[in-house]
Amino acid sequence: MDHAIAVTPQVGSRPRPKKNYLNETKGFRSWALTLDHKRIGVMYLVGVLFAFLLGGIFALLVRLTLLTPSHMLFGKVLLTAEQYNRVFTLHGAIMVFLFIIPAIPASLGNFVLPLMLGAKDVAFPRLNLCSFYLWVTGALMAIAAMVFGAVDTGWTFYTPYSTTTDGPVTLMTGAVFVLGFSSIFTGLNFIATTHKLRAPGMGWFDLPLFIWGIYSTAIIQVLATPVLGITLVLLMLERSFGIGIFDPRIGGDPVLFQHFFWFYSHPAVYIMILPGMAIISELIPTFSQKTMFGYRAMAYASVSLALVSFIVWGHHMFVAGQSQLATVVFSALTFLVAIPSGVKLYNWLGTMYKGNIKLDTPMLYAISFLILFAIGGLTGIFLGTLATDVHLTDTYFVVAHFHFVMVGGTVTAFIGGLHYWWPKMTGRMYSEAWGRVGCALWNIGFNMTFLTQFFLGSKGMPRRYYNYLDQFQPLHAFSTVGSWVLGLGLFITAAYLLASLRKPMDAPDNPWNGTTLEWQTSSPPIAHNFEDQPVLEREPYDYRPVLAAR
Amino acid sequence: MSTTSVDLQSHGQAAGHAAAHHDDPHHQHHFTTMEQQFDTSKIGMWLFLATEVLLFGGLFVGFGMMQARYPQEFVEAHTHLVRWQGSLNTVVLLISSFTMVLAVTAAKKSQKSKQVLFLSLTIVCAVIFLIVKYFEYAHKWEEGWLPGKYYSYKADPIPACTITPGPPTAAATTPAPNAQPCTNGYSTFFSFYFMMTGLHGIHILAGIGVLTWLLIRARRGEFSASYYTPVDLVGLYWHLVDLIWIYLFPLYYLIQ
Amino acid sequence: MQWLTRLMMPPAGSEFAKEIDSMYMGLFWLCSFLFLTIAIPAVYFAWRYRYKPGRVTPHDTHNTAVEITWTVLPLLLCVGIFFWGLKGWIQYAVAPGDAMEVQITALQWQWRFEYPDGSRTINDLHVPVNRPVKFIMTSEDVIHDFFVPDMRVKHDIIPGRYTEVWFTPTVLGKHNFTCAEYCGKDHSGMKGMMTVESDADFAKFLETGGTEWEDYFNGKDPKKTPADWGKVQYETKGCNSCHTLDGSKSKGPSWKGIWMKMETLNNGSKVLVDEAYLRESMMSPQAKVVNGFEPIMPSFQGLLKDNQIKGLIAFIQSLQ
Repeated sequence: MDHAIAVTPQVGSRPRPKKNYLNETKGFRSWALTLDHKRIGVMYLVGVLFAFLLGGIFALLVRLTLLTPSHMLFGKVLLTAEQYNRVFTLHGAIMVFLFIIPAIPASLGNFVLPLMLGAKDVAFPRLNLCSFYLWVTGALMAIAAMVFGAVDTGWTFYTPYSTTTDGPVTLMTGAVFVLGFSSIFTGLNFIATTHKLRAPGMGWFDLPLFIWGIYSTAIIQVLATPVLGITLVLLMLERSFGIGIFDPRIGGDPVLFQHFFWFYSHPAVYIMILPGMAIISELIPTFSQKTMFGYRAMAYASVSLALVSFIVWGHHMFVAGQSQLATVVFSALTFLVAIPSGVKLYNWLGTMYKGNIKLDTPMLYAISFLILFAIGGLTGIFLGTLATDVHLTDTYFVVAHFHFVMVGGTVTAFIGGLHYWWPKMTGRMYSEAWGRVGCALWNIGFNMTFLTQFFLGSKGMPRRYYNYLDQFQPLHAFSTVGSWVLGLGLFITAAYLLASLRKPMDAPDNPWNGTTLEWQTSSPPIAHNFEDQPVLEREPYDYRPVLAAR
Repeated sequence: MSTTSVDLQSHGQAAGHAAAHHDDPHHQHHFTTMEQQFDTSKIGMWLFLATEVLLFGGLFVGFGMMQARYPQEFVEAHTHLVRWQGSLNTVVLLISSFTMVLAVTAAKKSQKSKQVLFLSLTIVCAVIFLIVKYFEYAHKWEEGWLPGKYYSYKADPIPACTITPGPPTAAATTPAPNAQPCTNGYSTFFSFYFMMTGLHGIHILAGIGVLTWLLIRARRGEFSASYYTPVDLVGLYWHLVDLIWIYLFPLYYLIQ
Repeated sequence: MQWLTRLMMPPAGSEFAKEIDSMYMGLFWLCSFLFLTIAIPAVYFAWRYRYKPGRVTPHDTHNTAVEITWTVLPLLLCVGIFFWGLKGWIQYAVAPGDAMEVQITALQWQWRFEYPDGSRTINDLHVPVNRPVKFIMTSEDVIHDFFVPDMRVKHDIIPGRYTEVWFTPTVLGKHNFTCAEYCGKDHSGMKGMMTVESDADFAKFLETGGTEWEDYFNGKDPKKTPADWGKVQYETKGCNSCHTLDGSKSKGPSWKGIWMKMETLNNGSKVLVDEAYLRESMMSPQAKVVNGFEPIMPSFQGLLKDNQIKGLIAFIQSLQ
């Protein structure tokens, strides 16, 4: 009797209901105009995965171009310098704004958050749909900008380069502006939902840690994104009216743009990583069949990371011409980030200790996350430390560092979460054997690609470089080969997940023996999530009843 | 912006569930009680207002930074704004906030005719505000006090750039980068003037839109003591728009 | 452990670089240790507590002592690292007062250097060994960044502003420098070579006024003639504050049409404006003052290199 617990006792081996959210209504309109958070989550998932594919193709192109210093492939120059600059800009902009920022909150979060709260939907279902269409609009604008020649500013849009270069910069920043509002509305929705739609009996410290993570993320989305919005508006106006705020030729201050930009974009880094941590906090207790160690510390760590994220933006600008006092203060504040991050890592290990650990695919991704995120976090110390940052900033070391955090951390967690909730979302189990193969290739490929880049960076290879010195060639080649392994791993993962959709529904309601509320409903859930309103009786991750039942 | 916080009808999928709730047509299926629904909407509105404050906050910070860069030009440019027009608009907006409060009260008390009256008055005040704004803008347009590169005020000589293009010794082999006429300071001031009052004006326009929508619904008698969420939320929004003006007014018209 | 440092860092070109290297290696070992405190338990627990049907897991919700330990210890460690980094950074941020000053003008996609005596080079930097050099940098277009990997320093170069960076090179020979802030199409081509040389070699380098002038005399580029070089001198050495090019009178005679002209001097005698007279006028200007002008011109003895004088004469020659 492995089945769960916290609530509704009748769960057992309930027959699968005939109607679920996928087949309740049919036709294009029933999806395009749906207000069901689960369908919106699935549509988001399709969207962000498409963006991931696109951004990934650009990433492979970047790596392929850097394979040799001459950029030759089969006797032809793969990309010219201008094309290369456009491709890395597109890679960055698509991955950041279209993929990672919405990836976990808007797709998995949208699907799972109301279920975990025992709610029928998010607080504002229409706003939720509106967020999705804003995302689609932003994506279409970005694609239009690509068709009109693409921008070569880097995803950071630094002035005065971005105010003077050719290309559809205004359209591209407009796309990011619209995507920003999509993100704001998602965050706003989740905060209101968490405050007001919790199941009866569910206090703040009964929330699953996934909710704590998404809630902290939502705070940042609501409070930081408007500043990005106004910054991009100022940038657009600078280009079209010459208002004289960022371009020194007409009396502006380019460093002011960097302050504005990082005031959003540093917190945005936490918009990316907090949901990743949130997923890991679900995976580890579930697959260890053990209660979360240090639950409250984990909750506080999520919120404090969100708050600290607002006061460290200046560490992107140690050598960028901000005042020296500011540099010192920002370095000191930056070290604060290490504390809650460390607390989280050690609490996850504390949870695994004396657990009963099932190494299913999601858990393999969770353990990969622990290791890759540890490397990403610890290399951050080199960059937060003033003296070493001077040498390392703007080199491949930074590139490697943030790929370890954003990809090794967030994307690993995202793939893990996707496998974890796949049975719930689709009602189908995937091939476990292929899952392990995919995870192994992901780890090998990722480390080949990005561990190498730490060495390139510390050796003095600047980032965003088309041409490089011959001495860097072996490392670049190794990194490029790694990117192919990474791509192969993702291709296999996509293949077996899609293949699982062709089978009849075979997933049990609670395949992983989870304790949170989403496992109390059928797989896939019915349109209104639960047959009866669930009532919370125990804190999350309490495995005593399961163990007692044996 | 009303859709951000107010869902008017229970949506389609709720049909099967409606019976389980009480009869209020405004009740949405995913809320247990009307009270919970109201509180949730209110939280949503407050969060939205927080984003609005941050949106304007960015512009206020930018204004502050640029004023520190061009203190003299900014002070001088201030004097071109007509103080009585700004004051008039302040009074008009304050009155509109007051009538909005009365409209919300009327909705809470289910007084239909008073709702219609006070909502109409609020709209009238908003329109007066925009009319005054029109005359202000028209004057600036004629004089050439326009943002950025369109700045063309004839009476003052175009001030020289305050930045140098580089060490004079080294830069000589290439043409100086700032060959075009340079009107910073003054033009930056008017850039910010138009951006900030313009963004505020857009909010007034949006406000007129949602107030009109409220007015139509109030005439149909849709708001009563049991359901007045939209009136309450638009009220909050309108007060924020008013509040932002309360900061804009001294910043542009009073501080010298 | 020298080999490990060499594996990860470029050659060290200064004492400061060595200090950064030891800090980098210190952090490397510390972080490696911290990494193992995470990776080893993660892998070990996954194996040691692997799934066994019927295993009972304890209900450990928290352990205050342990949790405080792993909050406070990293905090103390971080405070320590911060001050360590601050110590090195202050050295980087504050240049010694006696540093030699070199001006850098960065533009898409070129480096221009100007030495204290007015000598100039492009993409080719020469500095004397064992002397602090301070770079005063500005940009003509977008943001660039002066990055010298062997010295472990970099700083952004911002249009409309001056920024500074300094180092004391201690290793003779060639060192790369490069642009580290994305600046457009040829960002990756914006690099150059720094030569650290002995005082004697550096003095010799300065004697000829740098290396930029060579481009104007080798006849390779039709846009760079000796006369163009003279025009650069005219604009940068201060000639243009007294001499016009359009024939109008200023504090000194206009240069327009002055070549091979017979000028009347203030003592009534006449002189032909040829190369000899022009050279004399630059070196000892009071010797022969043209009638109607005050004897106010300063001597350019030692301030103008031979190639610059040649350039100026060619320039005047071209102003017929």
